Order: sequence, then structure tokens, then C-alpha cells
Amino acid sequence: MKRHALLAWLMTLLPLAACATQAEQIKAGYAWIRLLPADLPAGGYVLLNNQGTSNAILVSAQSGTYGSVMLHQSSTDTRGSDTMRMLDHLTIPAHGQVALVPASYHLMLQQAKHPLKPGDKVDITLNFADGSHLQIPFLVRPANATD
Amino acid sequence: MKLSRFARLVCLLIAGIMLAACQRHDEAAPWQLTDISGHMPDLSFRLTDDQGKAVTAADYHGKVTLLYFGYTHCPDVCPLTLAHLHVVMQRLGNLADGARILFVSVDPSRDTPEALHAYANAFDPRVVGLTGAPSDIESLTKRYRAAFSREPDKSGGSYDVSHSSGIYIFDANGHARLLATPEDSQDKLIHDLHLLLSPGGAT
Ligand SMILES: [Cu+2]
Repeated sequence: MKRHALLAWLMTLLPLAACATQAEQIKAGYAWIRLLPADLPAGGYVLLNNQGTSNAILVSAQSGTYGSVMLHQSSTDTRGSDTMRMLDHLTIPAHGQVALVPASYHLMLQQAKHPLKPGDKVDITLNFADGSHLQIPFLVRPANATD
Repeated sequence: MKLSRFARLVCLLIAGIMLAACQRHDEAAPWQLTDISGHMPDLSFRLTDDQGKAVTAADYHGKVTLLYFGYTHCPDVCPLTLAHLHVVMQRLGNLADGARILFVSVDPSRDTPEALHAYANAFDPRVVGLTGAPSDIESLTKRYRAAFSREPDKSGGSYDVSHSSGIYIFDANGHARLLATPEDSQDKLIHDLHLLLSPGGAT
């Protein structure tokens, strides 16, 4: 009887360990948005920690608050010019971290559906290559916030 | 004598390609940022400020100016730079009243004075947004060899703008003095601006 219960308990654990989705492997921290005036595009930032044993591949993101959420990367070329480009995916390596921080990877947030103010929380959902999702609350901060 | 003049000429030439190369030109200089004195022309422009007023460099005579090119639809790097400059201004205390951050739009078709006004004020009261005719902006970027380009995006009217990330610093007489890059720390900016802004300091 006892053995059966233990076995049943183990059986429920096993598939969990083997089939953790990419979203489940990710621990998100320090999620915030730099709010800009009017309807200007804003930058979204978050630290993504992959605690799993396999890569997690971020493929897109969406939010009920923004009409458009894009994955972007800022870079500076050899002549000292800044530019942004859109990414179609971003890999968070197993046991690794990827930081979405100013002047690097960021979420480009456009077409806010209602006015926001510093202190607000905005939910953004990250979509991973295996079809799993992770919803993260982002803190809205003023334009001149530093990291 | 001849060699030193030759060295200066070489330095001037290199400056055109890579200003950073001149950083160790003069070990005795008090500056922590890149010294561009004599290597860049005086501040000169004819633009419209974020109040809609026609302005020239003469309107900022008596102020130490920080010239930075950007655009309001830049959500990442421009705000980061302006936020850092805001902290620098705060840390300079009362001295910061003698400084103006001139944020020149390289995207004048979208950056109206009104749009720039809201944007500039979101960062610091000493930020002045400047826009104007594309040719006037281009002549200013060319004057300081601050390349920028616009890449039209096929999908839906938006476009990417790339722009120089340097901050050109001019003294109260409009002479080009220093170049800061995004990699330069706030401490370096504060150190050098303190010197430029202090009465009886470097002029
Ligand atoms: Cu972007």
C-alpha cells in the first residue's frame, strides 16, 4: 500500500522533471519599462535566468497594454553610430542568463492602449519556441530612470 | 619644433577617423574625457528650439553646452544617455545651471518642437530639444563628423535611424573642448564639467 503510494507520487514527479517547458525553466527578475511621453515607443527590460538543463528560446512577446511588442537589439558600429535591429529569437542558454538592459537587448513597446504613469504594472507575456508562455509584471518607471 | 608640429598634424588627421586616438596626446591636460580642443570647429547652427523659437549657437553663449544627436522614437540608447546626463546635472548641483544639453533631432520629419519639448522635459530641465530643416541638421552633423543614416523599413512606414553616440562638449565661448562617449563614466563627465563650469576654471 505504502509502496504504491510512493510509486504513484514518483510517477507524477517524473514527467514534470523531464518535460519542464522552456517557460518553466526561466526565472525573470528586474522587469521594468522606461516610460516616454506621448505615444513614443518605450523600452522594456528584464533579466532572464535559465535554471533548466536545456536552452530556452524566446521567439516573441505580447501584451494587452501595447499594440506591438518587438524583440530588439541596440548596437554601436565601429564609427560610433547607434542603431537598433529586430531579432526573430533570443536564446537563453541552459544554466545561463540573458539581460535585457538599456543599450543592449530590449523589448520595443509601441501603441500603448491607454496612458501609463510611473508606478504602474504592465503584464508582458514572453513566448518560447516550444509554445510555452511566461507572463511577467513590468514596473513602469520615469523616462530619466537609470538602470 | 618641427616634429611637434608634425605630431599635431598627424593627431589632427587621426582625429577625423578616431578621436579617441588623441586621448593621450597631452599627459598634462586635466581632462578625463577626450580633449578635442582645436580639433573641432566652434559651435554653430541655425535651428528651432522645442518652444518653436528660431535659435543659433549665439543664443547659448555663456553656457557650457553638451551637443548630442538623437531622435524621440529612439526608446533605448537616447533615453539612457539623457538619463545619465540628468544624473550628471543633478550631481553638479548649482553649477549645472551654467550648462545646456542640446539634443539635436536627426529625425526632423517626426520630431516637431512640441514632440521634442515633452521628450526633453521628461529628462532634465536643462535639456533643450532642437530640430529644423533637414539640410541645417545635416550641416551640423557633418560639421562634427557625426554620421547618421536613415533606413526605410518596408513594413508599414516606420524606419530605423542610426546616429552618432558621442557627446560634444563646448565651453561658454562656444569652443569645442571635449568628446564623451557612452562608455565614459558619469564621474569623468562630472570631473570635466566641474572644471569647465567653475568660475575661474578652464576657459
Ligand atoms: Cu528598439
